[in-house]
Amino acid sequence: MRNFFRGFRAVFYKEVLHVRRDPATLFFSLVIPLLQMVVLGFGIDTNIRQVNTVVYNADARRESRELIDRLKNSDTFHIWRYVGNDQDLNDAIIAGKARVGIKIPVDYSDRLLHNMSAQVLVLIDGSDSSVAGQAINVTTAIGLDESLRRVLEDRSTLAVDIRPKLLFNPDSRSPNFLLPGLTAILLLNVTTFLTAFSIVREKERGTLEQLFVTPVRPMGLLLGKLLPYLAIGFSELSLILSFMRFVFQVPIHGSVLLLAFLSLPYLFVSLSIGILVSSKANTQSEAIQLAFLTFLPSIFFSGYIFPRETMPTVFYVISYFIPASYYINITRGIILRGAGIAHLWIDGLALFAIGTILLIIAARRFQNKIIMA
Amino acid sequence: MAKNPAAAAISAEHLVRRFGNFTAVNDVSFRVEKGEIFGFLGPNGSGKTTVIKMLTGLLPLSGGSAFVEGVDVGADSESVRERIGYMSQNFSLYYDLTVAENLQFYGRIYSLEPARLKRRIEEIVQLNGLAPYLTRLAAQLSGGWKQRLALGCAMLHEPALLFLDEPTAGIDPVARRQLWDLLFELSGHGITFFVTTHYMDEAERCSHVAYIYYGKLIADGTPNSLRELPDVQPQGTLRVEITTPEVTRALRFARQIPGIRSATIFGQSIHALIEDHFNPDDLRDQLLKNGIVVTEIRPLAPSLEDVFVELTCKHQAILEAARA
Repeated sequence: MRNFFRGFRAVFYKEVLHVRRDPATLFFSLVIPLLQMVVLGFGIDTNIRQVNTVVYNADARRESRELIDRLKNSDTFHIWRYVGNDQDLNDAIIAGKARVGIKIPVDYSDRLLHNMSAQVLVLIDGSDSSVAGQAINVTTAIGLDESLRRVLEDRSTLAVDIRPKLLFNPDSRSPNFLLPGLTAILLLNVTTFLTAFSIVREKERGTLEQLFVTPVRPMGLLLGKLLPYLAIGFSELSLILSFMRFVFQVPIHGSVLLLAFLSLPYLFVSLSIGILVSSKANTQSEAIQLAFLTFLPSIFFSGYIFPRETMPTVFYVISYFIPASYYINITRGIILRGAGIAHLWIDGLALFAIGTILLIIAARRFQNKIIMA
Repeated sequence: MAKNPAAAAISAEHLVRRFGNFTAVNDVSFRVEKGEIFGFLGPNGSGKTTVIKMLTGLLPLSGGSAFVEGVDVGADSESVRERIGYMSQNFSLYYDLTVAENLQFYGRIYSLEPARLKRRIEEIVQLNGLAPYLTRLAAQLSGGWKQRLALGCAMLHEPALLFLDEPTAGIDPVARRQLWDLLFELSGHGITFFVTTHYMDEAERCSHVAYIYYGKLIADGTPNSLRELPDVQPQGTLRVEITTPEVTRALRFARQIPGIRSATIFGQSIHALIEDHFNPDDLRDQLLKNGIVVTEIRPLAPSLEDVFVELTCKHQAILEAARA
């Protein structure tokens, strides 16, 4: 009876009973991620649109009104108010009512009509760098465009015509970009918490100590605990993907089957993290704190929010140790870019390796009962 | 300890367990024969649970050796775990599972095949009277029933030796009595019990008791042999029970009378250790002088509590002397 996985079936069956006995927990662990998804999916738009703008048009003739119309049509600016002097223009920005202030001087039209250079003052609130960057780009582009139009008149075309084309997410929709990454974070959340809690509860109750005086083997215990939550994680994944596809209309360009297959090693990693957390934490509140410690790097260093390539070298190196980095590459690859196994097998392999290492570390801690100290 | 360790239920020799600089168990040796009810006593934090954890393979030994049911704990703790049952002080049950599910789970953990598991559950349910509660959640059981269920779970696999760590803490007196009746019945079938307790009446019921004090085993024997230890009943002393209506006042005076070594209140009487040249009639006179009427003075055998109090005092003195 020297079975390495001894006790697996008994523990597995018992865990299923626990889950069935407590449908509320199951329900919330499946539904709350969907709520988070709704909030982030509908609530966050990384595209900068309709920035509140205050305008002081001292000129007020046709040329100046044309310029304002062009700014409005860019979709970047929303004219919040017209003011009549410099003081009000400044105040609106300081008070935070407007992010951008545009002042068209009194001689704007005159100078244009006399083929002289006309100046427009654009005041930008630099406290939000992405808004400021967008405002600078759009205003300079409009200025350049306006100038070219006047120089070339209707005579010819541009010498160099650059035509950018966005692949994979042509409308730059935020949900398309955010939700595949969010899937990784939500899955990590749910599965890590569920497994960590299921073990820490046994510590608190004293049943874990009881199990240690039975012939159950660490691998039998851990896998028995892991598999039911793997099934829950998988259901969660299906829910998230359906929500993404049908509520947020994010098209899935690659194979859903491949995505499901490559999700297995990621779920395995998340569950192992949960087990590792539980080997350290003695109470559920300690488990929550430790679990958050693993979530934060997954959110910030995985490329979910900030592109990994632009990180300082240290963080870029760290990102290689974050499982979510690989999984986000998998989800974005399959969902947005239609990537196949040939592009992604290495990410799947990396995840499987990380999960195995974590599980072995956890099993050793259980074997030596370090966790009871 | 020349006897064969394989013949004993437990044979522990020079057990040591250190946690960093702290020695929780210090050179503890004892032997428990098969079929005994072994009472393991000691103040809180003195190392009782640590010894159990060492014998059950939960904690590795820092030194010494232990054989449990003939198996070396250090070498093959898995075989030990097959042969023993363990019930911890907090009745390690799954509260969200029913009584039957708890039993089934522990049976499967020990890999009992279905037919044997079914038979064992029937036997246990009958023995422990759990039949009316089978479909009830463990959380809804009262303390006494939780304890019976925990005991049932610990003995499903028919262990030859059961460790019960404070099995009656927080249990009402009736349930306590019933548990002990059950232990005697099982002991009659040859099962060995290793029981820790704080209750002296339970200690008196054991066939073999040992007392651990700050990691050191300071007493080991049958309750009667301990009562006769020279430390407990020093040469030239006599233990008496003084019955009086005014115990509190009497105690205050009794402690000042030369010739009385120690005195403690027990209900309506005082238990005192007096020097035997000191005649009980003199004692009566001395107390009467202080206006205390003594109803009766009679000789008394030391209780196990007396034994442990005496031994504790003596070892405390040794420990303090060592520190100074």
